[in-house]
Amino acid sequence: MAMLEVKDLHVYYGVIQALKGISFEVNQGEVIALIGANGAGKTTTLQTLTGLIPAKQGSIIFEGKDITRVPAHKIVEMGIAHVPEGRRVFSQLSVYENLLLGAYTRKDKKEIEESLKTVYKRFPRLEERKNQRAGTLSGGEQQMLAMGRALMSKPRIIVMDEPSMGLSPIFVNEIFDIIKVVSESGTTVLLVEQNAKKALSIADRAYVLETGRISLSGKAEDLLHDESVQKAYLGE
Amino acid sequence: MSFISYLKDGISLGSVYAIIALGYTMVYGIAKMLNFAHGDVIMVGAFVILTAITKAGLSPLLSVVLGVIICTVLGVVIEMVAYRPLRKASSNLAVLITAIGVSYLLQNLALLIFGADAKSFVPVINFPSLTLFDGRLTIKGVTIVTILACIIIMVGLTLFVSKTKPGRAMQAVSEDRDAAQLMGVNVNATISLTFAIGSGLAAIAGLLLCSAYPTLTPYTGAMPGIKAFVAAVFGGIGSIPGAMVGGILLGVIEIFGRAYISSQVADAIVFAVLIIVLLVKPAGLFGKNIQEKV
Repeated sequence: MAMLEVKDLHVYYGVIQALKGISFEVNQGEVIALIGANGAGKTTTLQTLTGLIPAKQGSIIFEGKDITRVPAHKIVEMGIAHVPEGRRVFSQLSVYENLLLGAYTRKDKKEIEESLKTVYKRFPRLEERKNQRAGTLSGGEQQMLAMGRALMSKPRIIVMDEPSMGLSPIFVNEIFDIIKVVSESGTTVLLVEQNAKKALSIADRAYVLETGRISLSGKAEDLLHDESVQKAYLGE
Repeated sequence: MSFISYLKDGISLGSVYAIIALGYTMVYGIAKMLNFAHGDVIMVGAFVILTAITKAGLSPLLSVVLGVIICTVLGVVIEMVAYRPLRKASSNLAVLITAIGVSYLLQNLALLIFGADAKSFVPVINFPSLTLFDGRLTIKGVTIVTILACIIIMVGLTLFVSKTKPGRAMQAVSEDRDAAQLMGVNVNATISLTFAIGSGLAAIAGLLLCSAYPTLTPYTGAMPGIKAFVAAVFGGIGSIPGAMVGGILLGVIEIFGRAYISSQVADAIVFAVLIIVLLVKPAGLFGKNIQEKV
C-alpha cells in the first residue's frame, strides 16, 4: 500500500475550481516530483494535503488513515512536514527559535536536542547563525532554515513547495543536494518545483499538473526524455 | 516639588494605561483585531471585586483573585462567541464592529445589574505610604503598588512570550498564522490564551484604576480603554515594551497637561500628541517596520 494516497481531489477558491479531481500516490522512501506551470495547482495540492485549504471532494489517505479533514495543526504530529512556498520562516525569531518551533509538537527534550544537532550538522550555516534573526538571513539560508525547521518534527514524509525559487544557481544545487541527503536518510519526499529539470533529475517518479488535472505521470527519467515535457517544461 | 509629585501621579496613571494597553497590543499582535470591548472588561473586573467585598464579604485578596478569574473567563468567552466565528470573514470591519457591539453589551449589562449611579470603590490595597524629602513628598501606597504591578507584569509577560513554548507559539501566530499551523500550533487555542491573559490583566487594571480614582460606573472602563488604545498605538501596536512606554508617557502627558495647561483640555492634549506621533512615526515608537528579504 502506498504511504500517501490522494484520490480524486477537488478544491475550490470560492467559485473557481483549482483542482479538478487529481489522484496520485507516494510510496515509502520515494522522491516524487510534482511539476507544472504557474497556476497549475501545485501549491494548492500541497496546501490541501496539510490541511491549510479544505478539500471539497476526494480523499487523502496517509499511512492508512484518512487525513482529508484533519486540521492543519494536527498534520505535523502525524508525520508530515510542509516546507511552504516562499520559506515562511518566522523573521522576528532567531534561527534557533525557528528550529524549536519545528519541534513544537514533540515533548522529549533530549530527542529534540538530538534533532537540533542533526540539523546543525546538515546545515552548518544555521549553527553559525543560530542567534541571528531569521529575517536577516539570505534567501538560500532561509530556505535551509525552512527545511531544517521541517526536519525538526522528525517527519516520515516531507513536502516541499518550490524550494529553489528565487535562489542563485549555487544555492539551487546545494538545496537539491540536501534533498537527496534527506531522502537517503529515509525520509520520503514530495517535491513541487517549477525547475522541472532539476526536480526530475533527483526524483524517482513525477506527475505533471496542468490546470488542475494530472496530464502525465511516470518515471522521472522517462519524463525527462519525453518530448512533450521537454517542450513544455524543460525549455528544449 | 510639585513637578515630582505630578510626575509620580503621571507614572502611576500611566502604569494603569500600560497594563490595559498590554491587553490591546497582545490581542492585536496575535489575533490581528482591535478588541474595543477590552476597556469594559476593566469595569466588569472592578464591579466583581467591589461586589465580592461589599456583598459577599470576601477578603480583598480573594475578591481580586475572583475578579481576575471571572474576567479571564469573560475574555475567552467573548472571543469564542463573538470574534471567532468572524475570523474568516472577508472584512476586518465585521469583527471591529462586533467588538464595539460587545463593548455596549457589557456596559448595558452592568447598567442593568448594578444601576447607573456611581458606586464608591472600597480601599483594597493596604500598603504603607512613602514619605520623602522631609515630608514634602508623599507617595501613596496605591501608587507604589500600581507602579510595582506594572513593572512585574511587564517583565513577566516579556519573559513568558520570549522564553516559554506557548509564548513562542504566540509569536509564531502573530507573524504567520499558516506557517504556525504547519508547526503544529493550534491557532484558536493560542488566540484564546491571549484573550485570557489580556482580560485577566484588565481585572488588575480595574482594581488599580478604581483604587486611585474610587468611583465606579458602568462607563468607568470606556475612557481609560480608549486612552490605553491610544497608548498602544503610540508605543507601536503589537509591541509589549511599546505598550508599556506608550502607557506611561500618556499618563505623564495627561497629568502634566491637566496641571500646567488646563484640566479641561487634558484629554485633547493626549489625542493631539497621538496625532503628532503618528504623523512623524506612523508605526509608533516601537512599531515594527522591518524590511524583509524575499
